[in-house]
Amino acid sequence: MDLNNKAVSRREFLKTSGGVALFIGISGLLPQMISCKNNKGVQKILEKHELTAWVKISEDGQVTIYNPAAEMGQGSMTSLPAIFAEEMDADWSMVNVAFSPQESEIYGSDKWSANNKVMLTAGSMITYGYYSIMRQAGAQARYILMHSAAEHWKVPIGDLNTAPGEVINERDNKRIGYGDLVPYLTMPVSLPEFSEAELKDPKNYRFIGVDRPRVDIPEKVAGTAKFAIDIQLPDMLYGVLERGTIHGARATLHNESEILGLKGVLKLVPFDYGIGIIAETLEQALAAKKLLKITWGEAGATGFNSQECYEAYGKIASGKSAGKVITNEGDIENALKSASKSFSIDYKNDYVYHAQMEPLNVVAQVGADGKSAEVWVGTQQGFDSKLGIPDYLGIPAENVKIHLQYLGGGFGRRSMTDFVLEGTGLAREVAPRPVKLIWTREDDVSYGAYRPLTLQRLRASADASGKITGFSHCIVGDGGNLVASGIGIDYYDIPNKYAEWREVSEGIRLKHWRSVGHGPNKFAIECMIDEIATYFKQDPADLRRILLAKSPRALATLEKAISMSDWYSSSPDNRSKGIAFLERSGTLSTGVCEISVDISTGKISVHHFWSASDAGIIIQPDNVKAQMEGGILMGIGSVLKEQITIVNGQVQQSNFNDYEILRMTDIPDSVETALIESREPPRGVGESGTPLVACAIANAFLKLTGKPLRHLPFTPERVLNALNS
Amino acid sequence: MAAYSLNINNKIYQVDVEEDTTLLWVLREHLGLTGTKYGCGVALCGSCTVHVDGNPMRACALPLSGFDKNQKITTIEGLSENGDHPVQKAWIEAQAPQCGYCQSGQIMQAVALLGENPNPTKEEIKAYMNGNLCRCGTYLRIVKAIELAAEKIATKT
Repeated sequence: MDLNNKAVSRREFLKTSGGVALFIGISGLLPQMISCKNNKGVQKILEKHELTAWVKISEDGQVTIYNPAAEMGQGSMTSLPAIFAEEMDADWSMVNVAFSPQESEIYGSDKWSANNKVMLTAGSMITYGYYSIMRQAGAQARYILMHSAAEHWKVPIGDLNTAPGEVINERDNKRIGYGDLVPYLTMPVSLPEFSEAELKDPKNYRFIGVDRPRVDIPEKVAGTAKFAIDIQLPDMLYGVLERGTIHGARATLHNESEILGLKGVLKLVPFDYGIGIIAETLEQALAAKKLLKITWGEAGATGFNSQECYEAYGKIASGKSAGKVITNEGDIENALKSASKSFSIDYKNDYVYHAQMEPLNVVAQVGADGKSAEVWVGTQQGFDSKLGIPDYLGIPAENVKIHLQYLGGGFGRRSMTDFVLEGTGLAREVAPRPVKLIWTREDDVSYGAYRPLTLQRLRASADASGKITGFSHCIVGDGGNLVASGIGIDYYDIPNKYAEWREVSEGIRLKHWRSVGHGPNKFAIECMIDEIATYFKQDPADLRRILLAKSPRALATLEKAISMSDWYSSSPDNRSKGIAFLERSGTLSTGVCEISVDISTGKISVHHFWSASDAGIIIQPDNVKAQMEGGILMGIGSVLKEQITIVNGQVQQSNFNDYEILRMTDIPDSVETALIESREPPRGVGESGTPLVACAIANAFLKLTGKPLRHLPFTPERVLNALNS
Repeated sequence: MAAYSLNINNKIYQVDVEEDTTLLWVLREHLGLTGTKYGCGVALCGSCTVHVDGNPMRACALPLSGFDKNQKITTIEGLSENGDHPVQKAWIEAQAPQCGYCQSGQIMQAVALLGENPNPTKEEIKAYMNGNLCRCGTYLRIVKAIELAAEKIATKT
């Protein structure tokens, strides 16, 4: 690597206001600029990112590390900077963390798709996606500091080492703080790429695997943390939209002049699927929204009834035309034909809604000439780091600035940009005044984008001894990977495996929902395993031990969960335990829950939940536990209560009265999480807890009552039906 | 439109709004006290919990016309000078928040609980906090934080 490019003179590297920005890293700015032959392009990048890179050091020793990921409660604001600080050997008491700019060519990860750097906080991918990047960049920052000290002291760099926040000459024990080095910073001729062996010895880790309080918590506890909904700008207006309860239905407004005559109402903005209102105050906008007289047209979902479609889906599953084949190993049909015992069971799941506590919102401002835009938004980012705004407005990407804020929950909903474009569309109408668009909770529920409804037909074959010889899984549902993720059972030693997806389309808006297809698919797969075990009078944990025999890492989670839950000892009276194993985002987990059921009301109570996971290297253990706890609690709510229903195309729910989520009186007494020690790269944990819940509860219920639960959610009514069946 | 005088966090604010405007929108959009959050608008989630004369109330369900200027309103911003109320400190110690959006409301509700019942049982905590939703599922840590806060307050007095 040749750094003697005139375009990147030392001065330009070091030029910032009030500090020094080190442009470092494999995915940092430096190599890009070096490879950029266009000097003007380099200048442009420098101008645009005067203060931006992975780290900024001030003369007072303050270090600012930039977090490229969204913070939605999963802890990225702490965990990614901690990885960087580990290799940089930073003094954590001097570290501040800030969101990086939303510029994917600098801050993206190529773990989403090769040769394409993307900023996207989804799929529990960010720790995995940035682990190497943050380590390299941190190590290179440390190298630059050591190189600069070597030049300053005129000693070989080999004599130098670092302690937290300072460079040390090991020969004479002379020390200089990182801040004190700022005036002497020089760029080395080339920046080394550090091999695994050259990076820090895990024995010396001060951050990775060590709990540190999350940096975002104090401001979240003080009420000062800024979410997009909290943004206030001078001259700001308010926007709301009325959308149909049939997704995509067109609006015809009948009282435009009446609405425009209301106090404070400035503008009505038609959208393909609704009517936007811009007003001086939020309460004026909301009052006007209630007075709109709209008739709604028909749309794709018209006539659709979500509780009546399963019969038709069952017929599709029985039909001869195969769907998209996802897995086909061995000869499933032959296995089923030659089985000494075969099984065929249908599982179902209704739609569920994200219910992130902060309703969707955005503050948007479009330039007076319509050629630029700024938005303040809580987003999970996306393959377009400018969130679709350049295309929407027909302007260049560099004219769009995204100010990322904390997310009041994401769970997949905030990886969609519908609300961002709505806000931009409103702001364009009143440019250059900014507009704060707020979705009411009712908007958020009824115009949600749900986890798809599916029917899943599972078939399995076994020999006379109960050994499973074939496993077949057919999903009928809408949404591609939204319904297919998690259908794989690679870890199970079964010779004949088959999985396919048969598409239906109902016109209902759909989106990734925490753990995506894993929730419904693992529910079906893991319940099927228990139904087979029950038929052969096998212990479900013992059967899984056989199935996982060739997957030692998976097996270790099973054994750990068995021991921590005291699986083989019986539960107290009227209680029972259920078990499930799964892989999500590369993390392997076994979960066990203990439940009871009130047979007069049909209410299931979860008393304890144990989980054991192998998530590779753990960055922040307590935060991983928090993610597992939260994922499991969200799972319990979704499994026992949550249900979006559609009647004649219309969403039937509108707020937390008819879409109930878990409340505190329904939490278990304990959720215990064990993490298996590993030196494998870190994998995702944000979505590992949630999909364990449905199968573990249903399996506990099967053991307790002898009755299967095969339709999510397990509402009291469905539980009573199962008990009486 | 009507003019109102409100005592919020021991400071008098004057606002001129329509009579049915709720305290929530006045706090957030008129006065910039955005620590109090909008979650449901119909007193189902507790994100907007504030204290009115020491009692936990849902700001989204309180029209301004119902207030008189002698009532003392406390929001999360008025709970402590530097975010160091014993309940806030316990929240940090328990590392309770995840996304954090509901936590102002949770903390205000918890402070009211401990005001009424300085040494609550787990069941009393759950019952008192049942109107405050958290989608991230931080309930177990909230219970722990309240127990820690109760200890802190007990050792202080």
